[in-house]
Amino acid sequence: MEKKYFTRMGDGSIVHMTEQEIKADIQLGMADAVMRGKINPLSEEETQKLYDIVTMSGIIVGVEPGMQVVSSNDSGSDKISTKCGIPVTRDINAMIHERVLGADSVDIGNSDYNYKTVKGIAKREATILKQALRNTTMPLFYGAMTNLGFYTKPDGPVDNWAVLLPEGKIKEALQAQEDAVVHAVKDVTFVAKQMADVGADAFMLDTSGAAGDADFLAALLACEEITKKHPELKVEIGAAGEFVLGMHGKLKYDGQRIAGAYPHKQVKLVEKAGASIFGAVVNTNCNMSFPWNIARVCTFIKACTDVAEIPVHANAGMGVCGIPMCENLPADVCSRADKALIEIGKVDGL
Amino acid sequence: MRLQLDKKMKINEAKEYVARKLNITLEELVDVVTMSELREERGIGLAHVEPNAEANMGMEAKFRIAEILDIEINSVEKFKKRAGLK
Repeated sequence: MEKKYFTRMGDGSIVHMTEQEIKADIQLGMADAVMRGKINPLSEEETQKLYDIVTMSGIIVGVEPGMQVVSSNDSGSDKISTKCGIPVTRDINAMIHERVLGADSVDIGNSDYNYKTVKGIAKREATILKQALRNTTMPLFYGAMTNLGFYTKPDGPVDNWAVLLPEGKIKEALQAQEDAVVHAVKDVTFVAKQMADVGADAFMLDTSGAAGDADFLAALLACEEITKKHPELKVEIGAAGEFVLGMHGKLKYDGQRIAGAYPHKQVKLVEKAGASIFGAVVNTNCNMSFPWNIARVCTFIKACTDVAEIPVHANAGMGVCGIPMCENLPADVCSRADKALIEIGKVDGL
Repeated sequence: MRLQLDKKMKINEAKEYVARKLNITLEELVDVVTMSELREERGIGLAHVEPNAEANMGMEAKFRIAEILDIEINSVEKFKKRAGLK
């Protein structure tokens, strides 16, 4: 009987596959990325390396010596409290990340992780960051999402484009998104000023594009303004998905249409906006195998790092960049995804 | 990480920069034993040290990191300003 290797599906469930099945899925995942992104495939040597990583013995695998990278994250300092239910303040959370978990950086973020919410309590949030900055050595971010969806009625000031579009009110829907961008940029830059004032190392614009191309544009414009007004505050822009949804469809930045941009195009927009780091995302398909997903991920990510002039951190969390879509992540495929992202995708961090 | 943020350096360039400033090899830079001793000697912060009372951590470590790496750290600059050191 042909040998079968333990691996997983994109939802984390166990699957056993033969060499032939794994190699076929690697080719299919890669071909999907090539077709969608109009990018180059991985080389034969890289696909063989990917096969070796997928089938490597041992539960946890690691990178070649000297290939270690650094880590950034989103809502990191709130995860011990919010996700684990351990009641510790965020400044202590940051110290735990530094001295117990070995993190290279962490962000102080509100559990309601968006800048519209934070605007009203920005000075109080800055106080927590200031306390954390006194006691930690690693770089600290303040982080949240631009999250344009929060600016729609009834909670927000503009009409809801998701309601207007099905009603055929196209012009109104486009205008509502453009108005929301103005509000969001104002809120994000207001919060950034408070964080720059207390000495934040960096500012995280997380899950950019979550509400579509207008959301991504808001992050780019906010980044541009922050890096001009507060050059001491560095910016990381993390993407929401592998391509920007065209909820508006006509928005441009630096002459480039934002809608439909894949990571290798997104990173150029992020660079232009003045960000220091780009957090690239490739979505995990739950119905496909880990070999299919990670081949697709590495093809997209390598195309991104090939053209990037700034560091790229792959968003290697639940449901993205080859990591399965499940709450408790299995170290077997997660460590394989990390190794592949670093050694084949050539990322500068995770 | 600080070099990625401050100078937009990619990982290999950033490692080379830090290794050069610390006068160590790339192999030593990623070695926990070498770096623990070096971090203790240079007072640039440790995850764990015994006795802890003698460890440099937080702001004091960042003052030294800024000087060694020849970079400005925002929290250090704000601290100096507010403490009347600048």
